[in-house]
Amino acid sequence: MFEEQGITPEGDLIVNVGPQHPATHGVLHLVITLSGETIKKVEPHLGYIHRSIEKMCESLTYRQFIYVTSRMDYLSAHINNHACALCVEKGLQVEVPPRAQVIRVLLDELTRIASHELWWGAMAMDIGAFTPFFHAFRERETINDIMEETCGARLTMNYMVPGGVMQDLHPNFQVRVKSFIQQYKQKISEYAELLTGNIIFKNRMKNVGVLSAEDAISYGCTGPTARGSGVSCDIRKLYPYEVYGKLDFEEILETGGDSLARYMVRIREMQQSIRVIEQLVDDIPEGDFQAKTKAVLKLPKGEFYQRVETARGELGVYIVSEGGTTPYRIKFRSPGFSNLSVLDKIARGGKLGDLVAMMGTLDLVIPDIDR
Amino acid sequence: MQNDELQANVSQLLTTATFEEGGDWLTVNVGADELLPLASQLRDDQALTFNYLFCLTCIDWKTHLTMVYHLTSTQYRHSLVLKVKLDRDRPAVESLAFVWRTAEFHEREVYELFGVDFIHHPDLRLLILPDGWEGKNPLRKDFEDPINMIRL
Amino acid sequence: MAYVNDTASQFPVQVHETPDGGIVLSKLDDVINWARSNSLWPLTFATSCCGIEMMAVASAKYDFSRFGFEVARASPRQADVIIIAGTIVNKMAPVLKRLYDQMPDPKYVIAMGACAISGGPFFYNTYSVVKGADHIIPVDVYVAGCPPRPEALLHALISLQQKIKSGLTREQIKTGKD
Repeated sequence: MFEEQGITPEGDLIVNVGPQHPATHGVLHLVITLSGETIKKVEPHLGYIHRSIEKMCESLTYRQFIYVTSRMDYLSAHINNHACALCVEKGLQVEVPPRAQVIRVLLDELTRIASHELWWGAMAMDIGAFTPFFHAFRERETINDIMEETCGARLTMNYMVPGGVMQDLHPNFQVRVKSFIQQYKQKISEYAELLTGNIIFKNRMKNVGVLSAEDAISYGCTGPTARGSGVSCDIRKLYPYEVYGKLDFEEILETGGDSLARYMVRIREMQQSIRVIEQLVDDIPEGDFQAKTKAVLKLPKGEFYQRVETARGELGVYIVSEGGTTPYRIKFRSPGFSNLSVLDKIARGGKLGDLVAMMGTLDLVIPDIDR
Repeated sequence: MQNDELQANVSQLLTTATFEEGGDWLTVNVGADELLPLASQLRDDQALTFNYLFCLTCIDWKTHLTMVYHLTSTQYRHSLVLKVKLDRDRPAVESLAFVWRTAEFHEREVYELFGVDFIHHPDLRLLILPDGWEGKNPLRKDFEDPINMIRL
Repeated sequence: MAYVNDTASQFPVQVHETPDGGIVLSKLDDVINWARSNSLWPLTFATSCCGIEMMAVASAKYDFSRFGFEVARASPRQADVIIIAGTIVNKMAPVLKRLYDQMPDPKYVIAMGACAISGGPFFYNTYSVVKGADHIIPVDVYVAGCPPRPEALLHALISLQQKIKSGLTREQIKTGKD
């Protein structure tokens, strides 16, 4: 495992970054070939958090496997659960009541804000600015408190079930979300002053890691990574699910393709998420929060694919069913897997310090890649 | 483009392709040696432009293996599913890593989990499993590991 | 148990008053243990979801730097305690052992979360998960939860501090002798 060390015949140095490293977001092992300080080749070694989730799900029932998926990309745990619940509902052909649809979309957008906040704080810490980390966690704590009151947990809440949501909303939910939005809108401009306008930050991100649009499509990049290069791929707009078709929000596209463009896409996406929440939080429809389903779920024979937009990109859940109570094969098409494959292409020719900025803007969560 | 137009276009490109019913997207069955030319044509044809491969996986039906490719076009927004049936004892198919670059990592994963050999792949070796797991294909249905796997 | 007592959090000295001030008497072992437990530096080792809760404990709401854990070191040569936050899989196990061996004595281990205690939700039907970090390195404190609340991790850190102040070794605590 550690045999690739030393000096190549051309005199280049081979350096290991990770798996235990403060700047890799999780356990990622990169073997970098350096010539001086310029990067010649980056090779990711994965598998340090491979928990064999796909094999495990083949022996869990359709109600049980949802709890495992919130541990895959734990920063958008709600959205992962949502994708699995939608796929199972597609197979059962169950109609989700409107109240449950609105609750699910509200929690999704809150999760997206929390995930982008943590991305912002962690990326700033890697680049060397330690203060935004604490600001980001302050916002995350508010969102975690809202989640905990309604769903019961802070990080891995199994709140979505096939048919709707597990319990009704807490009575305080609307009040807390509205006060969060009021406070958050002022904070976004504070963050713009703190980091985005900083000249050192801009110099570290401009023209670093340029990804062209054709490469983004060919390497299968999705999410803010591809939208920073001008590729329109927001699943909420192209293949709308739940109530996204009726909402008024924009898909953010930037044309630069460099790290600064990907950064600005995520900052503006946080503002669009606030817009979505404002449209929904005032009139949540009354009614059931869960459709009636049988106690033991059996999907008919066939294949079902569901795509959703997580904070990192497009998550695909592919269930192949043979008619039993457990899936025959589940495949999770994770966004980080394809986003990581482009790291070698964009890192060549840059410096070692730029690699940290690039990994930060690709927003990798390694358990999502290894599954 | 709707499914029936896609079906007509694809039959024109490859006359031996068969189609399956059911599901939202058109499902095309092809043989293992016809895959690479059809894939290049699907990407380059001006009316189809399937430039985005978004899912590549394999399913173990106990008598044979099936490779599944999900394609879509960013220009026209239509989608297609390609399926290739492979022999279980010696599964081998051409690599699509030079048609869609994302296939490189996905095919490495299928190689280590199912044992499918991808011909002309630029760098076929283990990706996620540790060293020493070549040959044991964990996601096959007959995989037994009494030391690590505790059965419920 | 002898090591969990309230006076352990005080500075372990006896003060004798003299006209000009005082003389402070103590045992060297007690003073060293007190100093050591109040400045444990953790190693940044987070594999999966529990890592986010550990980062939340490090941030401003549930601050752990008021207990002395402020300086989280990236290099194991400069760290005292390793908080195993996340699942350990077969490929990561030699890395964990190597990090533990590189840490200088005295070193302590906290197993955070269900995955580090016993494999957690990934116990049945997985081929790649180590069923508990104590198959690889000896663990001092176990924190239950999936993920544990930040207050639970703070309680674990305080228990570790009390364990160090008691001055007993792991075997003495296990067999119940003093």
